[in-house]
Amino acid sequence: MKTTKLIQVGRRLAQALPSVFGVIVISFVLTRALPGDPAVYFAGDMADKDSIEQVRRALGLDRSWVEQFVIYVGNLANGDWGMSLSTGRPVTEELLNRLPASLELTLIGLGLAIAVAVPLGVMAATRQNSWVDHLCRLLVTAGVSLPTFFTGLLLVYVFYYLLGWSPSPLGRLDILYLPPPQVTGFYTIDSLFAGDRETFIASVVQLILPAATLALFALAPIARMTRAAMLGALASDFVRTARANGLSRRVVLSTYAFRNAALPVLTTLGMVFSFLLGANVLVERVFSWPGIGSFAIEALVASDYAAVQGFVLAMALLFVCVNLAIDIILTLTDPRVGLDD
Amino acid sequence: MQRYLRHFRYVMGENPVTVFAFALFTFIIFLAAFGPWITPYDPVATNAANTLQPPSWEHLFGTDHLGRDVLSRVIAATRLDLGIAISAVALSFFVGSALGCSAGFWGGWTDRIVGRLSDTIMAFPLFVLAMGIVAALGNTVENIIYATAIINLPFYARVARAETSVRRNAGYVYAARLSGSGDVRILATQVFPNILPPMMVQISLNMGWAILNAAGLSFIGLGVRPPDAEWGIMVAEGANYIVSGEWWLTIFPGAALMLAVFCFNLLGDGLRDLVDPLRRT
Amino acid sequence: MVPSPFLDIKGLSVEFRTRNGVVRAIENVNLELAKGEVLGIVGESGSGKSVTAYTVIGLLDDAGAPAAGSATFDGISVTDADESTLRDLRGREISMIFQNPRAALNPIRRVGQQIEDVLLCHGRATRQTARIKAIEMLEKVKIVEPEMRYSSYPFELSGGMCQRVMIAIALACDPRLLIADEPTTGLDVTTQKATMDLVRDLTQERNMAVVLITHDLGMAAAYCDRIVVMEKGVVVETAPVAELFSNPQHTYTKKLIAGSPGPHSTLAELAPETPTQTGATVPPGPSAKLPERGMRGGENILEVFNLVKEFPIQQTAGRHWPWRKASQPDRSFRAVDDISFSLKRGESLGLVGESGCGKSTTSSIITRLMDPTSGDIIFDGRNITAFRAQTFAQRPERKQIQMVFQDPTDSLNPRYSAHDSIAEPLKRLTGLRDRGLIRENVEALAERVGLPEALLSRFPHQLSGGQKARVGIARAIAVNPKLLILDEPTSALDVSVQALVLQLLDRLKHELGMSYMFVSHDLNVVRLLCERVVVMNRGKIVEQGAADEILRSPSDPYTQALVAAVPHFEPQSQN
Repeated sequence: MKTTKLIQVGRRLAQALPSVFGVIVISFVLTRALPGDPAVYFAGDMADKDSIEQVRRALGLDRSWVEQFVIYVGNLANGDWGMSLSTGRPVTEELLNRLPASLELTLIGLGLAIAVAVPLGVMAATRQNSWVDHLCRLLVTAGVSLPTFFTGLLLVYVFYYLLGWSPSPLGRLDILYLPPPQVTGFYTIDSLFAGDRETFIASVVQLILPAATLALFALAPIARMTRAAMLGALASDFVRTARANGLSRRVVLSTYAFRNAALPVLTTLGMVFSFLLGANVLVERVFSWPGIGSFAIEALVASDYAAVQGFVLAMALLFVCVNLAIDIILTLTDPRVGLDD
Repeated sequence: MQRYLRHFRYVMGENPVTVFAFALFTFIIFLAAFGPWITPYDPVATNAANTLQPPSWEHLFGTDHLGRDVLSRVIAATRLDLGIAISAVALSFFVGSALGCSAGFWGGWTDRIVGRLSDTIMAFPLFVLAMGIVAALGNTVENIIYATAIINLPFYARVARAETSVRRNAGYVYAARLSGSGDVRILATQVFPNILPPMMVQISLNMGWAILNAAGLSFIGLGVRPPDAEWGIMVAEGANYIVSGEWWLTIFPGAALMLAVFCFNLLGDGLRDLVDPLRRT
Repeated sequence: MVPSPFLDIKGLSVEFRTRNGVVRAIENVNLELAKGEVLGIVGESGSGKSVTAYTVIGLLDDAGAPAAGSATFDGISVTDADESTLRDLRGREISMIFQNPRAALNPIRRVGQQIEDVLLCHGRATRQTARIKAIEMLEKVKIVEPEMRYSSYPFELSGGMCQRVMIAIALACDPRLLIADEPTTGLDVTTQKATMDLVRDLTQERNMAVVLITHDLGMAAAYCDRIVVMEKGVVVETAPVAELFSNPQHTYTKKLIAGSPGPHSTLAELAPETPTQTGATVPPGPSAKLPERGMRGGENILEVFNLVKEFPIQQTAGRHWPWRKASQPDRSFRAVDDISFSLKRGESLGLVGESGCGKSTTSSIITRLMDPTSGDIIFDGRNITAFRAQTFAQRPERKQIQMVFQDPTDSLNPRYSAHDSIAEPLKRLTGLRDRGLIRENVEALAERVGLPEALLSRFPHQLSGGQKARVGIARAIAVNPKLLILDEPTSALDVSVQALVLQLLDRLKHELGMSYMFVSHDLNVVRLLCERVVVMNRGKIVEQGAADEILRSPSDPYTQALVAAVPHFEPQSQN
């Protein structure tokens, strides 16, 4: 059994390759669809006519499409994603610097969402037509209609302006505090590593509102899918058999119903992550969060196209990795996965 | 025709929520169509003396940082937001379902190519891809429409493909072959009318999402330029003032946005009841 | 001194809350079961037989509840009991097996573990002994290599094996009552017999009482001691098996018995009374008897020579690479393996076999919905395999070969009214354009098949199974085909409706002078309509010849097994 699972995992890895290829192709097309001369953008702000010419030759803009593409892929692999016009630093450097901030926010938001949505969905399914069920359905219907940026602003208005509970929505740490020494780039974890309780609390406090905004956004689809999957599992033939044979309620709910319902929920998480990466951009703008989202917005405003394309490519690659991870988890946990291969 | 009206009344009677959604929808369409004529003030007329006024009888939604009437701008924005969303959805619906139906019905290479195309687009976080497309093509409202249409394409292609391939082997398709119909005729007259109900539901749900997308893009400064009135850009402009307590610049356009999306989501469920023949009595 | 019944149902009525109000599913049901007895509950769909069973085990849907009466199991009232009492009873004292066994097992849990779950829940094993006992149970239900099968998942097992696993789970804790709800639906005829034999052996061994719910009167006769007949939620008759068949009292029972064809029934016996309640009229006529069962004079209308159909099996490894591994040859699966037969003008030929034997593929190829891999089909003197399936729609031969489909619901477009469905071939194949003329033709066809004109404007979901079947038949004969292929046309219908449709088909054949090819797995039904029979197994023809002869004394061992597996009851001669 083990070897077939390994083969299936290997197959999933191989299946991700065409996606990566497709992403790079589209990225390439986008860079060449730019208005004006790509060389100018990739050369950076400080470039003069000669260096622009150099960049033009390096990018292969005077050669055929296929050759340009090969050069492009080679550059990507080497870490050369162009120079940022606005900051003058390489795009890869900027992205890597800001990635931890975005990841910290997104992961905590997602974690919050799962922690609330999954139990809510399960309870709504097992207690149909109770107040929990109605609350869940209300949250779902309202949740898919909420614009993320609006929710963020609303939260800021209520909790910062009206109630004064939250700190000023100006980034990851209040100006009084210094960031902890860098281990992972996550201020929460790093301050724990450094044993600095005050900085830890300060960074958590800044995280609450933006993470809550993201969580509210992710809550609706996760709760909806959990509820639907549990309802489906509870109505299935095999749960009926389990109950007919007198299995206890706990066993029926957990081993028979929930385990089966968890699979489609896991698949939904991939889709939710995709939306979260988009919502991330909006939330970072509202809360002035110094992540790659706000970097991309600044780059857009400044017409810093190399940076924007770099951002798009980075997000896509991140998403492909997350999907791959989910796919592999599904392959390992669902015995039926090899069937349609 | 009579049958449809009778069924319409029956569904409306069954489901008060659908009636509400439909009424709201009519109201929104009305605003979009007649907006420019019913605004109390000129949406772009500034008034330096009257800036940042809270809601009052004169200005029901207050005035913004340039003295413009917020209510008028919210009403005027309906046309732009709806226009963008409808154009984008229409474009991706027609292209997407054509591709999806072909892929679902004939399979083989068509299916593989459409599948690859869909998968490649879906490999991007969609909002991020829209940002990239608008950045590449240029910062105009038309490009917002194209970008939204492109990121929506896989959605319709997938639904159309799934619905078509389920019905491809239905008994009535074989019966139609026996009756002498060719492939294209079967796809158009036998299969497509049956996939229309689920597609209509998807369109309605997708409209809500398209509006959110367009507003999100303009929130970060893409597409719509000031002084045009659009919900997303109004929220963005008001964001600077909400931390100091001037809430009406942001809350009203945001609420309008929410209401519109909510309406389309509710409508999706109602539409499915209307068009699905299984519910006819 | 009669011992008190083991299972005692008195005056039980069950109601369901639906959106159309409260519906009574069963009304005033009285039923008794003694220890070790096998009781059959027989009825068609909607008779309430399943609802009765679900009430006994306490698994009614949330919307349903007993409204009156009581059900007592060994002194414990199950209708009044609370959930924990019921949970204790289930599996330990009363257990149940269901239809569609693969769907009824947890798809992501090993079958051995599912047996263990039941053992552990009722304290019949500890963590250490559970595995051994589970393997023991697998052995008892005659699963080969039980240690290996312990670790299998349901999708790795056949339908019959899944049902055995379900039986193992149900009997693991030695219950005293087993309820079997249509346990053989979806299984092959030979597997059905094996499953029911197993149930009978195991329950007799443990002196268990059994309630067998089925729509198949023959099966009930073969395995039960007593039979309860239900119709529309009410018990119409209860009697020991022999008495029920030799001396049925109620009209519905008589109808059921007559409608289930046995080895000696004739078409006329199937539906002795002309029905009026279904709203369909059967125009009178000398339709029932099959005249001249001998060979008709004249040439063959259909000749099949060396027909082969292969389906390629997807290579699992390297499937996603754009290039093929040259070293691995393409494996393919022969669904139809070199068969040849012929059909005379005006004759009815039966094509018989179990699922997977290739009969449906053969009929698809003959109807030209599919292309064969090799072989020839000569229809009315012309070789129709010369034309590809995709272009056959434009050929004039398209009109001559038509088909009646198995599932009347699936074969009607849900968005077309009955009129539209019947008119479609007229419009496409005869070039008829005038709406009035089309309407006239459709109405004439409707009358011919006994479909009331008022139903023509209805949609499929507003029609009953029998009415939909008639629409399908009207559509098939609309263009006056010479050859009509009938692909299991009555298997999805209730027994009483089946009889009427078979009589209609027989009458139409004589009136319109068509030749039939009747595809089915039900030997008795085939015998009624067909003069000759072809028996298929695994893509090959194992036997062909006159229907009566083959069914009475088959020579091929496969055919013999097939004939023996069909359960039936020989009604004793009337006094």
